[in-house]
Amino acid sequence: MELVLSAGIGVLTASGVWLLFRPRTYQVIIGLSLLSYAVNLFIFGMGRLRVNAPPVLEPGGVGGLLTHTDPIPQALVLTAIVIGFAMTALFLVVLLASRGFTGTDHVDGRE
Amino acid sequence: MLLILVLAPFAGSLVAICIPAHKGTASAWLSGSIALFCLATSAGLYPIVAANKVLRYNVDWLPELGLNFTLRMDGFAWMFASLVTAIGLLVVIYARYYMSANDPVPRFFALFLAFMGAMLGVVLSGNLILLAIFWELTSIISFLLIGYWHHNANARDGARMALTVTGTGGLCMFVGLMLIGHIVGSYDLDVVLSSGNLIRNDPLYTTVLILILLGALTKSAQFPFHFWLPHAMAAPTPVSAYLHSATLVKAGVFLLIRLWPVMAGTDQWFWIVGLAGLSTLLLGAYFAIFQQDLKGLLAYSTISHLGLITVLLSLGSPLAAVAAIFHTMNHATFKASLFMAAGIIDHETGTRDMRKLSGLFKYMPITATLAMVASASMAGVPLLNGFLSKEMFFAEAIETHKYNLLDTLTPYVATLASMFAVTYSLRFIYSVFFGPPPQDLPKTPHEPPHWMLAPIYFLVFSCLVVGVIPAWTIGPFLHTAVQSVLGDATPVYSLAVWHGWNLPLFMSLIALVGGIGLFFIMRPYLATSIEGPPFFRRLEGQRIFERVLVTLSWKWARSIEMRAGTRRLQPQMRVLVAVALLAGAVTLLSQGFKPANIVLRNIDPAFALLWLVGMVCAIGAAYQAKFHRLAALVLLGGAGLATCVTFVWLSAPDLAATQLLVEIVTTVLILLGLRWLPKRIEDPDDPEMMTISTRLRRLRDLATAVFAGLGMMLISYTVMSREMPETISSYFLERAYREGGGTNVVNVILVDFRGFDTLGEIAVLCIVALTVFALLLRFRPATESLEAPEQQRVQNAFDDDHPDRKKGDSIAEYLLVPSVIMRWMFPVIGMLAAFLFFRGHDLPGGGFAAGIAMSIAFILQYMAGGTRWVEERLRIHPLRWMAIGLIVATATGLGSWVFGYPFLTSHAQYVSLPILGKIPLASAILFDLGVFSLVLGATVLILIALAHQSVRAPRAQIRAAKLAAKENI
Repeated sequence: MELVLSAGIGVLTASGVWLLFRPRTYQVIIGLSLLSYAVNLFIFGMGRLRVNAPPVLEPGGVGGLLTHTDPIPQALVLTAIVIGFAMTALFLVVLLASRGFTGTDHVDGRE
Repeated sequence: MLLILVLAPFAGSLVAICIPAHKGTASAWLSGSIALFCLATSAGLYPIVAANKVLRYNVDWLPELGLNFTLRMDGFAWMFASLVTAIGLLVVIYARYYMSANDPVPRFFALFLAFMGAMLGVVLSGNLILLAIFWELTSIISFLLIGYWHHNANARDGARMALTVTGTGGLCMFVGLMLIGHIVGSYDLDVVLSSGNLIRNDPLYTTVLILILLGALTKSAQFPFHFWLPHAMAAPTPVSAYLHSATLVKAGVFLLIRLWPVMAGTDQWFWIVGLAGLSTLLLGAYFAIFQQDLKGLLAYSTISHLGLITVLLSLGSPLAAVAAIFHTMNHATFKASLFMAAGIIDHETGTRDMRKLSGLFKYMPITATLAMVASASMAGVPLLNGFLSKEMFFAEAIETHKYNLLDTLTPYVATLASMFAVTYSLRFIYSVFFGPPPQDLPKTPHEPPHWMLAPIYFLVFSCLVVGVIPAWTIGPFLHTAVQSVLGDATPVYSLAVWHGWNLPLFMSLIALVGGIGLFFIMRPYLATSIEGPPFFRRLEGQRIFERVLVTLSWKWARSIEMRAGTRRLQPQMRVLVAVALLAGAVTLLSQGFKPANIVLRNIDPAFALLWLVGMVCAIGAAYQAKFHRLAALVLLGGAGLATCVTFVWLSAPDLAATQLLVEIVTTVLILLGLRWLPKRIEDPDDPEMMTISTRLRRLRDLATAVFAGLGMMLISYTVMSREMPETISSYFLERAYREGGGTNVVNVILVDFRGFDTLGEIAVLCIVALTVFALLLRFRPATESLEAPEQQRVQNAFDDDHPDRKKGDSIAEYLLVPSVIMRWMFPVIGMLAAFLFFRGHDLPGGGFAAGIAMSIAFILQYMAGGTRWVEERLRIHPLRWMAIGLIVATATGLGSWVFGYPFLTSHAQYVSLPILGKIPLASAILFDLGVFSLVLGATVLILIALAHQSVRAPRAQIRAAKLAAKENI
């Protein structure tokens, strides 16, 4: 389980970093999205991988780490997903504006 | 009372800034009454401080850091507060007539009041950090005041210089004050004042001393930081009269006296303060002789007098401290009146150049008389207040305090500087008021309005009265001030005018006679010479200052930019990633990181298959992103889905739901953007692709990427295969239900325990949405993307070929069945969103997920019906929704204040509603409602702002076509 997920994180990171170095804005935006998947999974993995652990408490009950999933990485990732979306949106619009403004989709604004 | 005293000027400033520019008189009345009010308040407090009590006002601000809003008034602070308010009131009266109606007068008075407030804050602060804050405020506001005529380059430069010098000094002082706090263990002034020995014996004492002196000496324009003060004369004269007599420059002196009991008396203090003071005293007086500008002369004389006070403080004897406090008051009175007189001369003649002015006595006898008395006081003529403190200074200068060269030299330097003072005072009077009638003046001189003279009357009158009967007038006040500083060490001193034939009197006489003689020797030279003293003219502090600035902010910055900067993004990215990798690798290896052994056990084949697909998708997306954007987007979605399934698999349903919804919205968003990107067609024979350097570069990038990926894989594998340490998670798991009233711990963390973070986060989302909106308002697509997309053109061509069809029919019809379904999905998705929202506190769901789900419902309508169709039928106001969301979330947080709990405290209760059943109704659900509304608004705003571009594009196309047609003609 751990091995598969970490291999997945590794590949996502490598693809993301590769795209980060490319000259076209669209490549960079895809790269950033891939990187953010990798980072989210990484943060999530810090709470350890638990299959079939209840994420929700019994009403009136008290939970513990032995019986339940770790809520903190989940809360962090939930926030990260939304911020990641906002970042993608902002970057996309900057990309479009830069394309309209400079006439090229190169990251430097010129070929 | 103290709080009112400090806050009233700031409040007045706020009011004054709102007064329209042409109603200058109203703002003058306002400022005058506030200054009067403050003066009356502090006068009313006199009986308390006279009884040697300390008035305190304390509000806890950040008690953990030792920072409290403490105001403290003792006799010395009272003296300064009265000085600040009294001179303030006089300057307001003066400025009312001085300022021209063409200037934005309310701005002047607003700044003036704010400055008064800041200065009162400095003198009344009972906490060192608070003092530093007000200190910086005086620097900033004085910058604005000096630069009041900001259309004038001199004013701007002078203001900037003053701010740079005093601001840098203030920063040093701040560090020094923090160190004192560190040594003493408290920032409270009373505690600090009672731990003098602790500070003086601390190994950090010299550091603290130098830092604090940097602050005080820059503020008080002491050598070698004196150069900013003459340039600050570009300010309107009332500003100079206020800043350079009673307030800004006296703040440095104030600090020196305030900390005198705890810092003075050591060798370091004596040498640093003494050297700075003596050189300032002498050089200031010497430079003042050679000024041609009236205000320049006064500026240098101010510097010199401040030097005198500094020398007195350096001596470390209580009697000298008495003299310093006394001279502080005396200097404020005569210098303020002289600045005002100079302002009148400037105002009525149009020039301040002493070479042009002469014989004005005939035209303005009253001004002339007043100025003469004031400058006689400046020169130290008997029967005036300046004489008294100067005698005290001489007496102290003769005393031997330390056996070294500096102490021996002091009386000679003092006499010499005093002689210079007589010379420049005489010059001020003689060249302006006597001699032949003036010629070629810009204006015909005459007496100013009566009220403009009134403040000078008052000041000069007090010079006289204090000079003649000091013990009955200033005596008690001075005694209160001195006693609060020196406490038990208060010496016996006498304020008599006549002390008999003694050495100080002889020194005064030598200075008087010598000064007069010097003036008549120098007169022919001075009448025609150029500005500035001989020999020193070229060695100006200003030039050094400017050269340093140019080197720092221009040359060095340029060279760093040349070497380290690039306008290209890719190298920056490479450096960034490389540094991150290195930092990670070095840290891990140096801490003895050992990757866990890779064990090929417990692998679920289905999960492995999922990630096989995920990895292929990721690599495919990376490979296709250049030439096949849509394919890359689909593959990206594949990787996202793998992530999403992973969340479900590993017991994180909340994440899975949010990820899935965000995935949909992101895909739609990028799809909307794809249209505006240029076409890119793969060309396998492109020679650029084949060059060796390109291949090498790609190989390097690939190696970096693989390295980064491997690193991440190793780290995450190692961490995940270790035991979980004890974290704060158990805290949340234990309390989520008991205190947060919800069973979904993740949601309870977001809206309750860490609600403030979430509030910040939605604010970020809000800002991003608004930025996107604003950027797209000005968006101009590239011309080649303007025409309709290829598919639409094909469909329109089909319509044109068939005579029974209208243009646009195909576009409307080709997705008929899906669009009907999409329209009917609106209520269904709305229901889903409501469901997600209400169960959020107890079961997976919540405001984020619900908001995004609802926005998908709107987007589907746009896709099905087109922009115009939707907006005719639905009221879509994403901006309002966002605003409501933010307000609701903040108001919920504030609501807990009403019940006396900290910000964002939540209250939980279950409520039974008809139909819906029992739902958890924590006040957090209101907060979640805010989150929902804001997320919905932001997402919809971003998406439709982008979607609207297609509607705007045809318009832009028409405009471009018209333009082209025009050019052809």
